[in-house]
Amino acid sequence: MLDLALKGRPRYWIWVSFLITMIIIGFICWMREHEIGAALTTGLNRDITWGFHVGQLTFFVGVAASAVLVVLPYYFHNYKVFGRITVLGEFLAIGCVLIAMLSVFVIMGQPSRVWNVLIYATPHSIIFWDLVVLLVYLLLNILCGWTILHAEKKGAPPPKWIKPFIYWAILWAPSIHTVTAFLYAGLPGRPHWMTALQAAHFLATAFAAGPCLLIILSMIIRKISKFDPGQQAINKLSEIATYALIIHLFFIGLEFFTAFYSQIPDHMVALKYLYAGYEGHTGLVSWMVISTVLAFIGLIIFMFPPLRKWNVTKLIGAFCIFFSIWMDKGFAFVVSGFIPNPFDRVTEAWIALNEFLVAAGVWSVGALVITVLYKIAITIKEKVVFDKYGQKQVID
Amino acid sequence: MITRRDFLKIAAFSSLLGLGGTFTINALEKEPGQKVLKDIKALQGKRWAMAIDTRKFKTQEDFEKVIKACHKAHNVPEIANPLHEVKWIWTEDYEHAFAGTAEQYISKEVKERKFLLLCNHCDNAPCVRVCPVKATFKREDGITMQDMHRCIGCKFCLAACPYGARNYNFLPPRDYIKELNTEYPTRTIGVVEKCTFCNERIDKGLLPYCVEASEGKIIFGDLYDPNSEIRKVLSENIVIRRKVELGTQPMIFYII
Repeated sequence: MLDLALKGRPRYWIWVSFLITMIIIGFICWMREHEIGAALTTGLNRDITWGFHVGQLTFFVGVAASAVLVVLPYYFHNYKVFGRITVLGEFLAIGCVLIAMLSVFVIMGQPSRVWNVLIYATPHSIIFWDLVVLLVYLLLNILCGWTILHAEKKGAPPPKWIKPFIYWAILWAPSIHTVTAFLYAGLPGRPHWMTALQAAHFLATAFAAGPCLLIILSMIIRKISKFDPGQQAINKLSEIATYALIIHLFFIGLEFFTAFYSQIPDHMVALKYLYAGYEGHTGLVSWMVISTVLAFIGLIIFMFPPLRKWNVTKLIGAFCIFFSIWMDKGFAFVVSGFIPNPFDRVTEAWIALNEFLVAAGVWSVGALVITVLYKIAITIKEKVVFDKYGQKQVID
Repeated sequence: MITRRDFLKIAAFSSLLGLGGTFTINALEKEPGQKVLKDIKALQGKRWAMAIDTRKFKTQEDFEKVIKACHKAHNVPEIANPLHEVKWIWTEDYEHAFAGTAEQYISKEVKERKFLLLCNHCDNAPCVRVCPVKATFKREDGITMQDMHRCIGCKFCLAACPYGARNYNFLPPRDYIKELNTEYPTRTIGVVEKCTFCNERIDKGLLPYCVEASEGKIIFGDLYDPNSEIRKVLSENIVIRRKVELGTQPMIFYII
């Protein structure tokens, strides 16, 4: 089936070339970091040792896990509407897991020693488990997505042996994001991260941002190809995202209550820093204001059925929610965990250009994989969904 | 013993993985160095701890002697920018050293004192828990060790340490060493380093550099030995530790 990715219109090849260029630029920037040091090429410092890349890990593991939202209703509840996009969800997960894994790889100061993680496997370290769960999730999605698409190509139902793997992947999805949350939630000196709500909150944000990305991608696919993921499926995704977004905002409220009603200084500082500034340090306040405004625009659009159902506003809403959560989870959440530092001082961090370009290279790897897989899936689905007379077989 | 056949297997497998010779050498080294050293003249202790008599440190010179002794011997790079500096032992004022528990109305004299900070060699160390490659690990005698040659530079331990005692080499450290001590290894860019309680000296039967240079202002000994000097000092003075509430069991005590 891979040959289908080798035939495309010029715009396909322009996009692919763009991604490859970004990957090369990212690679050069990554090499540069290891040549001259992270001091000059990243926004990190003694006090804030994790930043943009770890944020990308956190955010994209979530998007990858959200594939379960289309796979579970279809396979557990026989919800037919999602039948056409389960493969899109699984292939999206593959690209996002790759982004997540590469984001961890690029933070390593000594990447040539990466094998040490396997040679000296350490079960009491959460990074070890993160590697294990992400790798398994990656393989499961490749296996399930590919097998199902292959069956579809042949016009046959998926083979029976694939079912256990699908169920395994469904159960595995929440676990990958739980492990991501455990990276943060078990550190004694970081009160902002140390909340039992962390894994649940991560899943809520993931289940809001993931469907929004799938909505955007589905609408692009509908525009540029003959394959229609289905209006009903897109509408259902926006409903799921609405509930998840509300839960996410509710959880933010819970964090505020616990911190400010208990009045424990360590728990209040990071929230103050993020939303109002702390002791004159306001580096992320405007960033968080934008994130919050975007969340509420998205919420208003998705809360009112006419706005949610109209595709123009739906698309705006999906963008708003996706970027709102990306800004929060993909950067601010990580940095604010280091505030204040162990000496009750504030050091701020920002994203350096070199660091951003490395991240752009990492995104491009994920985007390239998703592009190639979607190209194959769409080509097959165009043929399956349209019969030989060019008539749509399934109409919503 | 390792048979010739096993050796070849390991060698072939490790070169397949692109690991070169190091893995093979590790596998061959069956006798742990620790045991060998015990037989010679290493200091014997079950739980090394340190008491810093903050009353006795009076002048800037008192501190500098201690810090220099450590940093010079361990090839600690001298980086001026505080955002990316590397330090194994340094000073901090009362308010910030004991952030969260510092007493507002304590005597002016204590408030103006400087406190020596270093790795706390926590009995229940969060850094050891999070390290994915066991580059930081506990020795039997309680030292929280750091293997700079195994560290992958993931910086998880810097997020886990509640004491800010760990350093990541943001810059090529060798460019910032003024006087090289050829007896101690230098580090490469992108790894974590910190105080190791001078394990290399303890194993030779010597006290840590800082203890030696302090001329009696720092007491070092075995916390599990009821007759040790450190136990005597701890029972006779008012001592405080940093962030005890986190359950990390820090092994550095400050005599007030």
